[in-house]
Amino acid sequence: MTSSASVAAFGLGVLPARSGLGLKPRHYRDILETSPPVGFFEVHAENYMGDGGPPHRYLERIRAHYPLSVHGVGLSIGGDQPLDKTHLARLRRLIERYEPESFSEHLAWSTHDNLYLNDLLPVPYDGPTLRRVCEHIDEVQETLGQRLLLENPSTYIAFEQSDMAEVDFLSEVAGRTGCGLLLDVNNVFVSATNHAYDAGAYLDAFPVEHVGEIHLAGFAEDQDDAGGRLLIDAHGTPVADIVWTLFEQALKRTGPVPTLIEWDNDVPAFPVLMKEARKADRALSNERCRRQAMFATA
Amino acid sequence: MMALRTLQKRFSMALLDRTREVPSGIRTAGLDRIDRRFDVYRNNVFVGLTEALVTRFPVCHALVGDEFFRAMARVFIELSPPRSPVLMTYGDDFANFVDTFPPAHPVPYLGDVARLESALTRAYHAADAAPLTVDELASLAPCRWEQIHVELHPSVQVATSVYPIVSIWEAHVRTDDHPVIDSSRAEDALVVRPDLEVEVHRLPPGAATFLTALLKGASLRTAADVAMTDPRFDLITTLSGVLAVRIIVGIRSSRE
Repeated sequence: MTSSASVAAFGLGVLPARSGLGLKPRHYRDILETSPPVGFFEVHAENYMGDGGPPHRYLERIRAHYPLSVHGVGLSIGGDQPLDKTHLARLRRLIERYEPESFSEHLAWSTHDNLYLNDLLPVPYDGPTLRRVCEHIDEVQETLGQRLLLENPSTYIAFEQSDMAEVDFLSEVAGRTGCGLLLDVNNVFVSATNHAYDAGAYLDAFPVEHVGEIHLAGFAEDQDDAGGRLLIDAHGTPVADIVWTLFEQALKRTGPVPTLIEWDNDVPAFPVLMKEARKADRALSNERCRRQAMFATA
Repeated sequence: MMALRTLQKRFSMALLDRTREVPSGIRTAGLDRIDRRFDVYRNNVFVGLTEALVTRFPVCHALVGDEFFRAMARVFIELSPPRSPVLMTYGDDFANFVDTFPPAHPVPYLGDVARLESALTRAYHAADAAPLTVDELASLAPCRWEQIHVELHPSVQVATSVYPIVSIWEAHVRTDDHPVIDSSRAEDALVVRPDLEVEVHRLPPGAATFLTALLKGASLRTAADVAMTDPRFDLITTLSGVLAVRIIVGIRSSRE
């Protein structure tokens, strides 16, 4: 806590409705030397849970100049077992240290017993799971003293016992816990393709009033045994054209919201990420213009 | 309806063990086979963790080649899946596994190189501390050195070997020169990150014993006594080396 005053120049605010980028170690120096026009940076919480060293040194310096989003991948909110208190305490220290404008996690599980499975695994959408997820989110929000944004997952299988649509499940969670939602448009397209439903209809049904952030990323494409498309949420390529189109569709409902370009594997040189960020910014500003024009003519 | 706990238990066991059947209660759209879809999750788990090991152990990866390393990583992941979502610690026990993995025995120094590489990650993420300056160290002079306890930088680690692990490591990270390595020479390594860069130093004989004793809290005198059991240990050489590489962050006298 002692260092937070100097670190958190942007604390207690909200993320700006601009494009943001995932912060990668290979770009630390580029960012400090060139101060690129990025709306915010997002870090994976677990990568900053060491005691010290370059990650914290650079994050402190970068955070002093940019709004920050902390994105957790290891809480296992969708796990039936109790949350890992040690991990939650680590997360709390991180949040206290950097006072991020936003904290988000996933509608998924990744830990069972004491094994960490290093993937965002799917949950059935039913009553008991809904109650468990809500209990966990209550606990996280209480412990961190901060609202959480919950991200819709990309999935490859579904469960026979699911008796709710994913959007209804997310809507219920947000309604019961007061958490916000992180709408990952790439995940929407990946899941919709894999489960043969319409991504546009999913976006039309999404409870947009809870959306605090959007994620965009690239997917990898494989083929299933029936010769159909099997999409993998791979974060190693530019955002696909269809995902940009869905993003524009989503913005019509959400309005301009903070939008992150996720690129976690085969991370390219910084200018490549900036190009994607500028593309997102154009879509955000088009949406702003569209809304202004609507009000002007109304 | 399957209880969530049961479902997740079966799911996680089938993820890590390919000989297990895909848990029941899963469905997919259309005609696609359930096991093909479940394999996406299996792949994600193994590919992600294998990449984490390739990133953490680049020299070991180079020494045995990609195919061998990935096959070895798979066995390790099955035997030792992560116990924490903080993956920077994953692979802390990889070197011990390598030692006991028979196919790796033709490369007898592989485990020791893995130990050195895992020390590098720990040093990278260790707590920060400011090394004492030469002036501050000079204040040692009036004290009786045998009563002195030194506090080493939190990143300090020692890796010992009967093989030339530092030379092997250097040959792979410095692509500009390829020295001929005398594989019969034993080398011990000191790993430290005084500021932002992790450094690897070759230690003189006995210095590893000396530093290990200091890490356990021994006074300079006691550490020297322990190290002297190796007749090649030279206290002056070791001390001047230790002072030069900025690994001391505190000094106190045991009389205080």
